[in-house]
Amino acid sequence: MIKIEKLHKSYPIGKKDFLHVLKGIDLHIKEGEFVSIMGSSGSGKSTLLNIVGLLDEHDEGSYYLNKQKIERLDEKKAAILRNKFLGFVFQSFNLISYKTALENVALPLYYKGVSRKERQETALKYLDKVGLKDWAKHLPNELSGGQKQRVAIARALVANPKVVLADEPTGALDSTTTDSVMELLTAINDEGMTVFVITHEQEVADQTDRIVTLKDGIIISDEITEKGKKTRHYV
Amino acid sequence: MKFIFDKDTWQEIYGSIRKNKLRTGITIIGVMWGIFLLVVLLGAARGMENNFDKMFGDFATNSVFVWGQTTSKPFKGFQEGKRMRLKITDVDYIKSEVKGVEFVVPRNRTQSLVVNNFKSLTVGIFGDYPLLDKVQKKHLVYGRFINENDIKERKKVCVISNDTYKQLFDKNEYPIGKYVKINNINYLVVGHYKNKQMGGGGPQGGVHIPFTTFQQVYNQGENIGWLMVTAKPDVSIAQVEADTKLLLNNLHKVHPKDGRAFGSFNLGDKIKKVTGFLTGMQFLTWFVGIATLIAGVFAIGNILLITVKERTKEIGIRRALGAKPGEIRRQIVLESVFLSTIAGALGIIFGGILLMLIDTLWGHGEDASLVNPTVNIPVILIAFVTLIVLGTLIGLIPAQMAVSVKPIEALRDE
Repeated sequence: MIKIEKLHKSYPIGKKDFLHVLKGIDLHIKEGEFVSIMGSSGSGKSTLLNIVGLLDEHDEGSYYLNKQKIERLDEKKAAILRNKFLGFVFQSFNLISYKTALENVALPLYYKGVSRKERQETALKYLDKVGLKDWAKHLPNELSGGQKQRVAIARALVANPKVVLADEPTGALDSTTTDSVMELLTAINDEGMTVFVITHEQEVADQTDRIVTLKDGIIISDEITEKGKKTRHYV
Repeated sequence: MKFIFDKDTWQEIYGSIRKNKLRTGITIIGVMWGIFLLVVLLGAARGMENNFDKMFGDFATNSVFVWGQTTSKPFKGFQEGKRMRLKITDVDYIKSEVKGVEFVVPRNRTQSLVVNNFKSLTVGIFGDYPLLDKVQKKHLVYGRFINENDIKERKKVCVISNDTYKQLFDKNEYPIGKYVKINNINYLVVGHYKNKQMGGGGPQGGVHIPFTTFQQVYNQGENIGWLMVTAKPDVSIAQVEADTKLLLNNLHKVHPKDGRAFGSFNLGDKIKKVTGFLTGMQFLTWFVGIATLIAGVFAIGNILLITVKERTKEIGIRRALGAKPGEIRRQIVLESVFLSTIAGALGIIFGGILLMLIDTLWGHGEDASLVNPTVNIPVILIAFVTLIVLGTLIGLIPAQMAVSVKPIEALRDE
C-alpha cells in the first residue's frame, strides 16, 4: 500500500543551510497493516507523515501510494489523491468550528462530488459507527475531546480511503479516552483498513501491530509487537 | 458554472458569512453606501435638470435682450454721453437686415399703482404685442392674451399675472370682465395667467396692456423700452446679438465700435452656462459615485483578506480533506461577488426609496426644487454590473492568497 525507498527530505534554514530531516527512509506498509511510528520530537516522524499524506513533497527517493508513483504533484492532483486514498486524523482534531458534527464528517464527500442526500446518509452511518449518532447536530465545541476525535475519525473514514493517517491522535486526550480512541482505530484496522499512527506514547504504540522507531531521520528499529504477532499479517 | 446553482456552494458561503456577521454587515454597508450615493446623486442631478427644463421650457432660450444706454464715443458731430432710445422703426430693420432672426418683440414698461375697489398694489405695467406669448409662453388660467384687435384699436384691456391677481382679487374670484384702475384709467381684465418660469427673461409678472395703448397713455411716441430678439433654433445667438447691435449703431448714428451705446443680455449664453454646470455636476456625480463604489469594493476585498487570513487553518483542513485549489478560490470569489451583489441591491433599493421620498417632499408644486428625480434603469444596470465585476476582480486577491499557503503550513497555523 505504501512503499518508500531511500527517502530524503531537507528544509532550508536561512539562505545557505539545510536541515536534513529524513536521511534515507525505507519503509513498506502492506494493505491492512496497523503501524505506528515512534520517535522523540525532531526525529522526523511528522515530516514522514506529511510526505506520506501528500501534504509535503520529498526531495529524493521514491514513494509509491497504492502502487502509484508520487512525483511532481501539483496541488490539484494532490488534493484528488488525498481525497481518494487518504483519511487524516489530527492531534488537535481540526474540526471546522461552525459546522455540526455531521457536516464535518460529510465534508470529504462534498469535495468528492457526492450528492447532498447521499452525503448525509453516509456521514450519519459513519457517525453511528463511532457511536455518535445522537450528536450529529452538535457543534464541535459542544463535544468532549474524545468525542471530537471520534468525529474526526469518522470524517477520515467517510470517503472510504485506502489509508488512515493519524498524527498523534491521542496527544490531546486523557488515558481513558485514549484507550477508547485506540480501540476504535483497532476496530477499523480489524475491518481491513490500513492505519498509520504517529505517536510518542509507548502504550499507544503497543496497541498497534508494528512499531517503527525513528531517530534523527533514520529508522533505528522496526518490530512486530506482541499484539501484532497474533494477527493474520505476520503469522 | 454548475456550482453557482449548487445548494451546497451557498450553504458554504452562508456558513462563512454567519461566522462573521458583524464584519460582513459593516462591509455590506460600505458598498451599499457607495451605490446608494450614486443613485441618489444621479437622481438629484436629474431632478435639478428637470427643474431647469421646466423653468426654461416656456421660454425662447435662444434669445437676446437689447436696450438703449449712452454712447461712449463721439461720432458725426455728436459728443459722447448721448442718451440712446430704441425706436419702433428699428424692429422692422432688425427683422429684415439681421440674418437668422425669428422674432423681434418690442416691449415697454413703467411702474404704476393698480386699484381694484379697496385693493391696490404698485406693479410693473407692460406694453406688449401678442407676439410676446410666442417667446414667453403665458399659461392662461382664464381669458386670453392681448390680440391684434386690441393693438389696432388701442383698447383699454389688460392681462394680469397670478401674483397681481392674488393681491387685487379675492380668492376664487373670477377676474375676467372686471375693471381695474391704472393711473385712474379703467382697464377691462381679459386674461389671467400663471407664470411658471423664473427670472432670466427680463422683468415679468405685473400687468400687460396693448403696446399701442401704452404708447398713447404714457406718451411714448416712437420709443421702445427694450427689444427681445430671438434667433432661429440652429442660428448662433451670439452672432445675432453682434449683428443687431451693429445695425442699431448704424441706424442711430453711433460709432460702429461703440459697444456701450446699446446694452444687451444674452439669455442663450446664460442658459448654456447653466447647462454646462449641469453637465459638470453629472460628471461629478458619476465620479463621486464610482469612486465610492470602488472604495466599497476594496473594503470587501480587505475584509475577505482578513477573513482568509483568519481561516487559514480551516482552509488547510479543507485541503487536507481533498479540496482542490480551484474550489477554494471560486468559493472566496463567489463570496465577494455575493456580498457585492447583496450590497448593491440594497443600495439601489434604499437609494430608490430616498428618491421617492425626495419626490414626495420637494418634487411637487409650483416652486419644486427637484422635479421628478429619477435614475435610468440602464444606468443602474451598468453601475450594478460594474460593481459585480469589481467584486469578482477584488475577490481574486484573497482567493489567490488562500491557495498560495501550502496546506501543511496552513494546518500548522494557530
